[in-house]
Amino acid sequence: MVEHPTSQHAIHSGRLCTESLLPLELRNLSLETGSRRLVDRVDLKVQERGITVILGPNGAGKSLLLRLMHGLIEPTEGVILWGNAPMDDKIRRRQAMVFQKPVLLRRTAAANIAYALGLRGRSRSERTTRALQALELAGLQHHAFTPARVLSGGEQQRLCLARALSLDPEVLFLDEPTASLDPASTLAIERVLIDATHRGIKVIVVTHDVGQARRLAQDIIFLHHGRLIEHQPALRFFERPLSDAARGFISGGLVL
Amino acid sequence: MGGLFRRRDILKLVLANVVLLGLAFSVSSAADNFIIVQSTTSTQNSGLFEHILPLFTKKTGIEVRVVAVGTGQALKNAEKGDGDVVLVHSQPDEEKFVADGWGVKRYPVMYNDFVIVGPAADPARVAGMRQAPEALKKIAEAQSPFASRADDSGTNKAEMKLWQQSGVDPKKSSGSWYLETGSGMGATLNIAVGKQAYALTDRGTWLAFANKSDLKVLVEGDDELFNQYGVMLVNPAKHPTVKAKDGQVFIDWLTGSEGQAAIADYKIDGQQLFFPSARPQS
Amino acid sequence: MLDLSQAFHAALWQIATLDPQLLEIIGLSLKVTLTAVALASLIGFAVGGILAVYRFPGRGAVAAILNALMGLPPVVAGLIVYLLLSNAGPLGVLQLLYTPVAMIIAQVILVTPIIAALTRQTCEDLLEEYRDQLRSLGASSAEIVTTLLWDGRYRLITAVLAGFGRAIAEVGAVMIVGGNIDHVTRTMTTTIALETSKGNIALALALGMILLAIALSVNVALMGVRRLASRFAYG
Repeated sequence: MVEHPTSQHAIHSGRLCTESLLPLELRNLSLETGSRRLVDRVDLKVQERGITVILGPNGAGKSLLLRLMHGLIEPTEGVILWGNAPMDDKIRRRQAMVFQKPVLLRRTAAANIAYALGLRGRSRSERTTRALQALELAGLQHHAFTPARVLSGGEQQRLCLARALSLDPEVLFLDEPTASLDPASTLAIERVLIDATHRGIKVIVVTHDVGQARRLAQDIIFLHHGRLIEHQPALRFFERPLSDAARGFISGGLVL
Repeated sequence: MGGLFRRRDILKLVLANVVLLGLAFSVSSAADNFIIVQSTTSTQNSGLFEHILPLFTKKTGIEVRVVAVGTGQALKNAEKGDGDVVLVHSQPDEEKFVADGWGVKRYPVMYNDFVIVGPAADPARVAGMRQAPEALKKIAEAQSPFASRADDSGTNKAEMKLWQQSGVDPKKSSGSWYLETGSGMGATLNIAVGKQAYALTDRGTWLAFANKSDLKVLVEGDDELFNQYGVMLVNPAKHPTVKAKDGQVFIDWLTGSEGQAAIADYKIDGQQLFFPSARPQS
Repeated sequence: MLDLSQAFHAALWQIATLDPQLLEIIGLSLKVTLTAVALASLIGFAVGGILAVYRFPGRGAVAAILNALMGLPPVVAGLIVYLLLSNAGPLGVLQLLYTPVAMIIAQVILVTPIIAALTRQTCEDLLEEYRDQLRSLGASSAEIVTTLLWDGRYRLITAVLAGFGRAIAEVGAVMIVGGNIDHVTRTMTTTIALETSKGNIALALALGMILLAIALSVNVALMGVRRLASRFAYG
């Protein structure tokens, strides 16, 4: 994985942003429901480009943490800072997310992408051209005018990813994107993610698949019971995990 | 993306609504030249209006729209100003209507009579009787089913007057043999047929009624069964929206020689239903 | 009973020969109800969608009232509109009483709650699935409403059909505000009521069959649209 130097002024797809969204900082972040702490006082800082993987057993709070980062949920306590600015709607629009189960509207594949572009204020003609471009990049161009819901699981997920990328996000979130997909689709999607980082997009992926983490991650955030257990560069994490929980998880055991 | 909806969406919405409202208004009758007459269900069910109104419209070009409800409701609607002319059959109520200032003047128009109908089997043995209150007394004594309109109509008021004269209070037996239907004449007759009951009805409705089954006219000819119809113009002083001019044209026609002839002309199976009784205008 | 069936067939025959008065009555019924349903749909879709998506104080109360209004008796709706449009009432100046427009208004009042409640349910179900993704894509609440309405369009057809059924079948409201005036406000249902009260049971029955046939055709037509859409996997 090629690492890009961090820079204060990020030039991204020809658009000059005055402030990069990185570093991402979470300070004392908690999410409570009733008496339970689903996310428990998380402090972390992500400043490197490349793919950050949030890893951990099921129920660890990974999806919730992702949604908090993307501003879909309000924390009970703590702050989320993107490039030293607090999370808000404007920042959210510079990001995109792909969910575990593909969410597509009852329209053609191309129309689904055009819809998202329409939300961002693109003109009708621009929408169609960019949608077709995005489909081509994803290898889905022959399905452009197929109803999205007719596509296979793998194709739908690739479509969701293409839609997200068509919005030119600076940060791309994915919540277990390949959990229910066949290996071929999984490979296709992982390739797109790596390619995205080469274009300067920050990718944050949630997964419980250790193999996928090994393949993709530049750094690992390991969660357990809503708490941040480790945050390390990937190589170091896999070679020498600092915690018993991580060690147990990596070796494939059930971590309670 | 500020604002609740994009301008284009608002435009589409407004256009759709305009088209629909235009359609709605086109659906309403184009004729501006009409009057509304509040009248009774018995008059309507007799079919009289279908016979005489086209003649009036042909002569004057004024369309007559009849709203048929019970006498009581017709008068109340007119008090609200929801009609231009009232044509009902309950003289004391009509006179009160004028006295209270809701109507301009009462003109007698026509009369027919009430009859008591009942099952051919005639369990109360009233067939052929000429005194209606006596017949009702016998029905009460026999506790034979009797269907009453109980709806504040002219027919109902006439019925209650007869019960008063008979000395019986049928309401005490409401629900057992005395059935208070709270409905128009036709619906009450349907119930009478269904329950093999007696009923008081005006002859007009009876002759036109198509579901007689085995019910027959059993009591008729009593002077007390006389049924007088009156027509009044709703007072424009109370409701300026009343079409006083056209309304008076209708009243004049109805009580004039042409209208009276048309009324007399209306027959079912050769039988005349209504008898003209307007006083000749000076 | 034999008499009745003979009369029934005679009536059907009269109808089969396309009696112009009958056509006039059918035409008015359809014009009033279809217009009312169209207007009620515009209002109902908006209200239902907004209720599903927007959070505001009193939201639960509004939803409960809406559900309760589905059970509003037609005759009560008719009475309310009558009192409003009467010459003695606040909107008397509009001179709308005893016209088809008054009937449309009354039916809109009857039908809107049904469509709104069913729309709200449809949108809430879709929202479960779509909310996070739509917010992630940057849709505003208003945009979410329109997106859900369009995406749920086939389920909304059912809501419209439910509203249509209620309107085409009711007699209480149109009788009071329309007055059942010959050639002006006489619909199929008020004609059936009138013919029944005149004892013309066979004719009333035959007209009832026609009414059912028309309602059935409308249902079949719209469900056909739905099935076609499913075949192309949009449903």
